[in-house]
Amino acid sequence: MLSTEQVIRRGQMRDRVFSILGVALTILCLGVLAILLVNLCREGLARIDWQFLTTFPSRRAAKAGIFSAWVGSALVMLVTGLTAIPLGVAAGVYLEEYGRRNWFTSLIEINIANLAGVPSIIYGLMALGLLIYKWEDWFGDKTDSIAGLGQSIITGGLTLAFLILPIVIVATREALRAIPQHMREAAYALGASRWQVVKDHLLPYSTGGISTGVIIALSRAIGETAPLVTIGALTYIAFLPPAPFSHTESGQMVGPFAWLSSPFTVLPIQMFNWVSRPSSDDNNFAVNAAAAGIILMLVTLTMNTVAIVIRARVRKKVKW
Amino acid sequence: MPDTQIDTRPLKAEVKNFSFFYGSFQAVKNVSAPFREKAVTAIIGPSGCGKTTLLRCFNRMHDLYPGNRYAGEMILHSRSPDGSVRPLNIVHPSTSPIEMRMRISMVFQKPNPFPKSIFENVAYGLRLRGVGSRSELSGRVETALRGAALWDEVKDRLPQNAYGLSGGQQQRLCIARALAVEPEMVLFDEPTSALDPIATSKIEELIDDLRERVTILIVTHNMQQAARVSDYTAFMYLGELVEYDRTAKVFQNPGKPLTEQYISGRFG
Repeated sequence: MLSTEQVIRRGQMRDRVFSILGVALTILCLGVLAILLVNLCREGLARIDWQFLTTFPSRRAAKAGIFSAWVGSALVMLVTGLTAIPLGVAAGVYLEEYGRRNWFTSLIEINIANLAGVPSIIYGLMALGLLIYKWEDWFGDKTDSIAGLGQSIITGGLTLAFLILPIVIVATREALRAIPQHMREAAYALGASRWQVVKDHLLPYSTGGISTGVIIALSRAIGETAPLVTIGALTYIAFLPPAPFSHTESGQMVGPFAWLSSPFTVLPIQMFNWVSRPSSDDNNFAVNAAAAGIILMLVTLTMNTVAIVIRARVRKKVKW
Repeated sequence: MPDTQIDTRPLKAEVKNFSFFYGSFQAVKNVSAPFREKAVTAIIGPSGCGKTTLLRCFNRMHDLYPGNRYAGEMILHSRSPDGSVRPLNIVHPSTSPIEMRMRISMVFQKPNPFPKSIFENVAYGLRLRGVGSRSELSGRVETALRGAALWDEVKDRLPQNAYGLSGGQQQRLCIARALAVEPEMVLFDEPTSALDPIATSKIEELIDDLRERVTILIVTHNMQQAARVSDYTAFMYLGELVEYDRTAKVFQNPGKPLTEQYISGRFG
């Protein structure tokens, strides 16, 4: 048997060993990340200028830019956000506040949790099958306007919307679940209907949590490459989607939603394209890739920062 | 009030052979009791005796959760603006729970104001009833806050968040919120159990003032409180109504040994 002192000393030693191990591993992880970041910046930072942001891709690395890529990313995100946010929030509200607990809702719940873990390329394949091939089978011959779903911004946006829908639903449900039950009872006791409780109380009180989830979901979507490559996003786009009500070369006016069916590329695809090109010292695409990578990371970091700020502010404001 | 005096107040509500089930568990067993208009009736009893469960039947709060079932009758003698009285079975399937909650307000155990402004908290029930004009809202919010003895403390900070108020003030705000809609009955579910003694005595004074205006049902753990504020007392045990009588009678000369034991603190 050990003396009390020995036992204490042994416990302290183990504590110390574990904390040293933890710190070392944390430093290792952060260090690798820092090296990658520094490397990326050293290579690409000098390449970022106004010209880089406002020119189309080119065969000459020094003349190439990411204009079509970031516009494409922004427009695809717009479609993704406009579809995934209302659908996801509505589904979350339904499952949390309306749906009765039975085997059917449990089944839906398990599936949503699983969907959040499905590899993104699977979503790409699904979109390719559903939105491109099947859509053409069903609607292709009937109307020209819908037949144009094809390899377009709307297809890309919807594909990423499928991808982030589970994340938005889960975030919405968690935000709703964080509202204590006595808040709901207070509103119901005054004679509010279910919808009035949702609209006047639950949604306003959970806006912080929902927007945090939505921003994190969008920042994941903006970095996705695989599903968009699968549906056939192009890697070389030297034009912008038509602006609403602009005129084509033949003088025809373009409809307000024509940009939706335009071919597109996005930042990560542009980056991938540059990485996979042979680079030489006088035509160095790797530098472009690094520069595009910095931009992409800045966007993602900014989005995540906004999410963290919102979360912190909500936490400070609402304590139940 | 001496025991012999006949209460001339009309009945506001009546419970007849009323039972309530959480799934297969019967939480309220075959209870019958009258509730006089503009009287304060206290429901007392040890934890788990079904008193809160019974109270929450009056505004159909149990409808919010699946698997709950009412049996028997719970009648509200509802008064129309023209003075005519119409009996309404609160727990009948065809009775809308929303209508009952419009007629019968509730004050909860823990103060639960909305994380909105003080004004909006009181105005919300009125907005639900379609009161839109700013001047009418302000007038009725002020009346309700005065009625809840809170006006002087909050009149200069109506636009501020209700979470800035103290616990006792929050509870009085919840009372104002319940009164603003001019209910026929107000249910109090242990309204002072989360408050300190000073805040508690303020709430009790308030209940005393309110009895002239509205029928009150109060569930309480605190027997002194029941003795202080109520005209009638119902003692419940294991889901059954053991004794129901005038408060003075129940506390001074209880009819059942079980009531006597509970009141003298021998169990519960």
